[in-house]
Amino acid sequence: MELVAAIVVGGLFGAAVYLLLWRTPVKLIIGLVLLSNAINLLIFLAAGLTRGKPPIIPEGSLRAAQAVADPLPQALILTAIVISFGVLAFTLVLFSRTFKTLAATHLDEMKTTDS
Amino acid sequence: MIAIVVLSGFGLALVAPAVQRLLPRHAGWLLALLPLGVTVTLARHAMTIADGGVIAQSHAWAPALGVTLSFYLDGLSLLFALLISGIGTLIVIYSGAYLSGHPNLGRFYAYLLAFMASMLGLVLAGNLIAVFIFWELTSLSSYLLIGFEHEREAARKAALQALLVTGIGGLALMAGLVLMALAGNSWELAEMLDRRLNLAGHPFYLAIVILIFAGAFTKSAQTPFHFWLPSAMEGPTPVSAFLHSATMVKGGVYLVLRLTPILGGTAAWQTTLMLVGAVTMILGAWLSLLQTDLKRLLAYSTVNGLGTLMFLTGIGTRTAIIGAVVFLVAHALYKASLFLNAGVVDHETGTRDVRRLGGLYRHLPLIGSAAVLAGLSMAGLAPFWGFIGKELIYEATWQSVGQTSGLLTTAAVAANALLIAATGVLVIKPFFGPVRTVPDGHHPVGPALWLGPLLPAVLGLLCGLLPGWPAQVFITPAVAAVLAQPQDIHLALWHGFTPMLGLTGLTLLLAFGVYRRHAGIRDGSARFALGACGPAAGYEISLNGMMKLAKWQTRFLQSGYLHNYILTLIIATIALVGYTLLRGAPFQLTLPAMDVKLYEGVLAALMLSAAVVTVRAQSRLSAIVAMGVVGYGLALLFIDFGAPDLAMTQFIIETMTVILFVFVIYRLPAYKIISTPRQFARNGVVAVAAGVLMTTLVLVALGVREGSLLSEFFEANSFIKAHGRNIVNVIIVDFRAMDTLGEITVLTLAGAGVYTLLKLRPKEDR
Repeated sequence: MELVAAIVVGGLFGAAVYLLLWRTPVKLIIGLVLLSNAINLLIFLAAGLTRGKPPIIPEGSLRAAQAVADPLPQALILTAIVISFGVLAFTLVLFSRTFKTLAATHLDEMKTTDS
Repeated sequence: MIAIVVLSGFGLALVAPAVQRLLPRHAGWLLALLPLGVTVTLARHAMTIADGGVIAQSHAWAPALGVTLSFYLDGLSLLFALLISGIGTLIVIYSGAYLSGHPNLGRFYAYLLAFMASMLGLVLAGNLIAVFIFWELTSLSSYLLIGFEHEREAARKAALQALLVTGIGGLALMAGLVLMALAGNSWELAEMLDRRLNLAGHPFYLAIVILIFAGAFTKSAQTPFHFWLPSAMEGPTPVSAFLHSATMVKGGVYLVLRLTPILGGTAAWQTTLMLVGAVTMILGAWLSLLQTDLKRLLAYSTVNGLGTLMFLTGIGTRTAIIGAVVFLVAHALYKASLFLNAGVVDHETGTRDVRRLGGLYRHLPLIGSAAVLAGLSMAGLAPFWGFIGKELIYEATWQSVGQTSGLLTTAAVAANALLIAATGVLVIKPFFGPVRTVPDGHHPVGPALWLGPLLPAVLGLLCGLLPGWPAQVFITPAVAAVLAQPQDIHLALWHGFTPMLGLTGLTLLLAFGVYRRHAGIRDGSARFALGACGPAAGYEISLNGMMKLAKWQTRFLQSGYLHNYILTLIIATIALVGYTLLRGAPFQLTLPAMDVKLYEGVLAALMLSAAVVTVRAQSRLSAIVAMGVVGYGLALLFIDFGAPDLAMTQFIIETMTVILFVFVIYRLPAYKIISTPRQFARNGVVAVAAGVLMTTLVLVALGVREGSLLSEFFEANSFIKAHGRNIVNVIIVDFRAMDTLGEITVLTLAGAGVYTLLKLRPKEDR
């Protein structure tokens, strides 16, 4: 399964890069979303995949059973998902305001004015 | 002791502006006490040095790098240091009167004292790194002093020019000194001189010589770098007198004399110095004759003097070195006097144009006498110190071996004849010609103004009349330091009827002829000006070229298009990571076992197709839906592989993202094809490469994975220490609680930003 997941990471990453190079703002932002998804999956995958064994300590036990999923990357990704949502929301609103104010139709037109 | 001598100048520079503010009328005299004290302190060691002693002192500075703040006082450095502090005393006194009432006089004192300290540091430093640092400090303070009247564009340009020319030379010098230290296996000058080290046979030798010459020739204004010196006359006159005739420009000469025992004796060293010196000497004298501005005339005659010093060092015989040291002192004395003189003339009459000056002696007798005394010494007439210097120059060229003797003598006679004619232009007409400009009498010439011109001029006469004492105390130890063996030198005015006396007579005749026709020569030569092919034009061209290059580079790197920046970032990442993967430690590309369940395969295929849809979709809404599919697919993967918390979060966030998108999307411009098919193809190639790279990277990472100590710690302690059964939650709210707090802060800020941007309305919308 790791191989398939690795291919999914590569596919998402490639699509994200392609979208980032687009000059229409919507595509660029979708590219950002795909990029963060791809990176989250990458971190998840790099720690190794463990099917169906969440890192939870069962009742009556002092520590987790052997061979549960690694909790550390999960904690990292949890933070990353939320942070990237915050950044995304801000970018989205900033873009919409900017394009409206400048009456621009694509990203290249944004270099022409500072006001 | 020496460290205090050097560093006290920097200290006083800091408080000089305050002194000027408290005692505006007497600050010059008061501040001059320091250079005077330095002169006296150094002079007290003169007898020790004359007896063959050296004083070396060392203070640890950066011991790990082998850099010490060490000082080395021998005959050569003592002579230079005395000239610097002695003339410095007069300059500080003079500045107080010359610039009296100037709003920035306090700052001027600060620059001047800092310069003096740097210059003392340069000639007294014993460590090669310290030599370089003081060398650069003199360039820097020179920049500040030339540009002192920074409201004028000409002054700013001249300051920048001097800084660039000497600064580039300084960098070359640094490389040369570092190579020298490597070759000599020591950073200490004193040690190298003590060991009688000579690097002539070392493989680095030629590189060292070229680099050190680059530094010395730019600093000492040798052809073709001489052009910055006349431009530097934009600085106030005390600066010209101090830096650009008597001291700083002699830094290069000092360096060459200092290093002659270590690097000299080869054709590369001696012949280069001789040739460059000879060209500079003749060119300087010739250009000096063509000037009408007093200060520019003096500047070119300084170029001549510096050329003469290099020329004599290049000849390198005992007589030549004695000649160089004697001429060095003579030049410093008469040139400081004449520059300060020109300053007073400018001050009193408001012009420095020799064509408009005349008959000033009657109005300014003291200044006029100083001009005559200094001028006679510059012309090399008996019984002045300059005469002894010139006789020694002729003796050196006359006695030099081989067939070049005639050539060298001719060069020296030609340069001297031109220089004497220029001296005539400088002194005779302005002071004794028909009266043209009468001083307005608004500025009385007080002692502060006449002391500077008169004292060095009188010293030039006294030394000429009584040459025995200076020869024994100052000249002998300096020559001994350059030749690296004890000397016994006797100087005299009268040597009998020698060929040198004949040459002096010939020079005077020639000079008289040239002087009679100097106005015609000046006007006639104006047609042959180098103009567009001179070295000054070369400087302009390189400076403009540099500006254009910088502009082009900025436009190239900073195009202002977002996609260019992203493209650069991604291509650089692919190239660097790819290179490391290919060339780095051999890695194992593990192909894990294919235990794919059917639903997992379907999920992966769905995510990939959704990614393709986001790229290809023409409608914004379908792109967003496809993006949502990718996100939900990811959440399902999280569930499958034991991460229920991640899945929950991912579901919520993805839903919110889609909702937010739908809200905002119609405010954003619709799709538009702007890129050309070629650009799309290029983007596609880059994107595929990036994807392949990431897949490879993940597979490599899987191969090198080792158990994490941190994970084990969390698994073991989550319940025992933090009393939580969900390990991921415990990490977030307990073990890494501060991180989570930071994350919440970021979210809050982002939320506040979103709210503000949505609520904020420009005025016209209301």
